[in-house]
Amino acid sequence: MKITQDEVLHVASLARLEIDDADVDRFAGQVGTILDYVDTLKKVDTTGVPATSHAITLTNAFREDEVKGQLDPEDALANAPEKESGAFVVPKII
Amino acid sequence: MKLHELTIEQAGGLLKNKEISSVELTRAVLARIEAVDGKVGAYLTVDADGAMDQAKAADQRLAGGEAGPLTGIPMGIKDLMCTRGLRTTCASKILENYVPPYDATVIARLKAAGAVIVGKLNMDEFAMGSTTEHSGFQVTRNPWNLDRIPGGSSGGSAAAVAADMCLGALGSDTGGSIRQPASHCGVVGIKPTYGRVSRFGLVAFASSLDQIGPLGKSVTDCAIMLDAIAGHDPKDSTSVPEPVPVFADIDVDGLTGVTIGIPREYTAAQGLDPQVGAAVAQAVKTIESLGARCVEVSLPHTDYAVAAYYVIAPSEASSNLARYDGVKYGFRDKEQADLLQMYRSTRSRGFGPEVQRRIILGTYALSAGYYDAYYGKASQIRTLIKKDFAAAFDRCDAIVSPVAPTPAYGIGETLDDPLTMYLSDIFTLSANLAGIPGLSVPCGVSDDGMPIGLQVMGRHFNETMLFKVARQLEAQIAINDRKPNLE
Repeated sequence: MKITQDEVLHVASLARLEIDDADVDRFAGQVGTILDYVDTLKKVDTTGVPATSHAITLTNAFREDEVKGQLDPEDALANAPEKESGAFVVPKII
Repeated sequence: MKLHELTIEQAGGLLKNKEISSVELTRAVLARIEAVDGKVGAYLTVDADGAMDQAKAADQRLAGGEAGPLTGIPMGIKDLMCTRGLRTTCASKILENYVPPYDATVIARLKAAGAVIVGKLNMDEFAMGSTTEHSGFQVTRNPWNLDRIPGGSSGGSAAAVAADMCLGALGSDTGGSIRQPASHCGVVGIKPTYGRVSRFGLVAFASSLDQIGPLGKSVTDCAIMLDAIAGHDPKDSTSVPEPVPVFADIDVDGLTGVTIGIPREYTAAQGLDPQVGAAVAQAVKTIESLGARCVEVSLPHTDYAVAAYYVIAPSEASSNLARYDGVKYGFRDKEQADLLQMYRSTRSRGFGPEVQRRIILGTYALSAGYYDAYYGKASQIRTLIKKDFAAAFDRCDAIVSPVAPTPAYGIGETLDDPLTMYLSDIFTLSANLAGIPGLSVPCGVSDDGMPIGLQVMGRHFNETMLFKVARQLEAQIAINDRKPNLE
């Protein structure tokens, strides 16, 4: 198989996903099929071909560092699953 | 004629002449949603009260003579553009209760133009899919045959326009997500040039490919909507400061002097349904009869476009979707006391299977040891695909092709077979890789009554040429008056 179950679990862990045993098998099969197909890219000689990360070439978009139109802190926190005293609350880290 | 069946162009004229009001028009559209959306399932959220308020405000503007072509026009929005105070879910459980504190630039522009936002439309979760079956909430059905997919990912937008549940809609297109559902539902849709429309407030899928565009009942309607949303936005550093013409001023003076390219690789593509091939060939003849000259062109790297796309798009997605961590907004598994476990459980419960599949694929392609072989290689192929189009456009003004290899297929057919679903994007995703504009216009009907679209692609920033070709083809073919029967 193109991608092993261990690799799926490793990648899932990198991506902060939790995958149960039944799904590991299914994902390994499906992603493996897709990767086999992606291997067709190897047939193309790309020696010396530059990479394109964006189709439209733009120079840097600079602007003055001015404060304007900021979100109200209350609005910014409105969707937080948990909040307290104007801050996001997360599970204890230390 | 029933009010909800009007085009934007028709309704705009009636509103301007005070023959109808926006309140009447909006009420008719809301009644239509009430009557048929139980069967179609296009809307995730209908904002009836908000829409009526906006309609009343539009009527005041109309009375004061300050109206533009979208003032008072009821529109639907794909549910991945932020609407201030109106739930925006991306059709994902992870954003089920997300209420944006700001408007996307396109929404701010529609509101400034006086458009009436009726509600938010279903889609494949995070725009990942070609069928709208991968929504975290509901399946949307094709109005022409309720057992078929509407296409995707902007399937709710296309189905709502086709079923007259809005006069026009916005969608987004990362690999064909406007053009393919437009084709399957018998409406017009355009993916503008990358950078033409601001992505500020568009929930990101693959940032170098995503572009917002309109879906409408006619070519002119799409041009009117694009006029309202196009143009540089300082809030999106990839939006391009190019001059924006008035797209709705469409040249209808024949196609003499226009050269149309027919890519030989597309004509020979495997899996092309003969009925689609015949409808496209007939459309090419019609275009020739309008004075255009047709030449064969070559896009030699077509065979590699799907593979390159399904490395690049999931790679960008895996990075973009890292922000859904259960901290700032969206769903959180509150049972978890450990931070890492909270992240993992939140994301696994919040994301559906297709999204998780693409995150895994993208993370794998970007991970140590595989980056050069996958992402690096795909980015080089992208350069070759871009060059293919540049060479083709040295010989022609527009390229025409099928939109999808087949008419809309049955619901459930590709659910467990993602690769087959991906392969159906063959004709559309090259335009995203190259950043060029592409439009889908109805050009035929299959034996069993399903719509077939023609794709018209053009040079960067030459949407005007697409409108010119499509508008005149549309006038000759005259199949836009056909309506699905949802009674």
